[in-house]
Amino acid sequence: MKAKLTIDQSRRALIKGAGALVCGVLLTVRKSEATPASMQAAIRTVFGNAEIGKGKVTLDIPSLVENGNTVPMTVSVESPMTATNYVKSIHVFNEKNPQPNVIGIHLGLRAGKASVATRIRLADSQKVVAIAQMSDGSVWSGQVDVIVTLAACVEGL
Amino acid sequence: MARALINVPPRAKRGQVIEIKTLISHVMETGFRPSSIGVLLPRDIITEFVCTYDGQEIFRADLYPAISANPFITFHTVATQSGTLTFTWTGDNGFSVTEQAAITVE
Repeated sequence: MKAKLTIDQSRRALIKGAGALVCGVLLTVRKSEATPASMQAAIRTVFGNAEIGKGKVTLDIPSLVENGNTVPMTVSVESPMTATNYVKSIHVFNEKNPQPNVIGIHLGLRAGKASVATRIRLADSQKVVAIAQMSDGSVWSGQVDVIVTLAACVEGL
Repeated sequence: MARALINVPPRAKRGQVIEIKTLISHVMETGFRPSSIGVLLPRDIITEFVCTYDGQEIFRADLYPAISANPFITFHTVATQSGTLTFTWTGDNGFSVTEQAAITVE
């Protein structure tokens, strides 16, 4: 009976040790990452103190992503794209990659249609935000929550 | 030299909105990944992509490490006149590639 107790105790000690090790690894891995605060800071660097309205911008990313290394993303903005009313720029930001910026797109009068597609990396399940600036100076945003099963960036070679 | 693929419709009607697809081979090393000996690999990415239509800029994108390897970018423009579209990718370590495509507008 006593012998059994010792085995039980050592098993618990082992589990505790393993748990601590895993936590330690997770902490060191997560050290360099953008936070919602740094995303806000990056947004403010690009758009200054402009008031950001909700809507007009559609961010199309699959809500469940298997591989964070290549995530198809389409961002489109509702706009007539006429000489007096067009989209000047679209910037995409994320919360949890090592850097908050994803892409900065500069369109103009000759774009014809404010719709751009590319492939991006996502390090974790997170919120992705797209913000567009119109020719009249107004700023609009759209966001989407994405679940990522295989994260990009973290793994080595 | 990096290989680039460009898809521009060869013919279009005046005023028509056309879709342009571009793909270039590039590792887009983020600068956040450790190598096999545990040292961070230095950043090596394309930082800027510009498209001009007969010399006038129609599209520009600032790229960050969050763009996947072999950057694929799709965008639109209005076919105004027959001419040449020039695509330029510039990046770290003096990376620079320029490609051209012709379009006939009727």
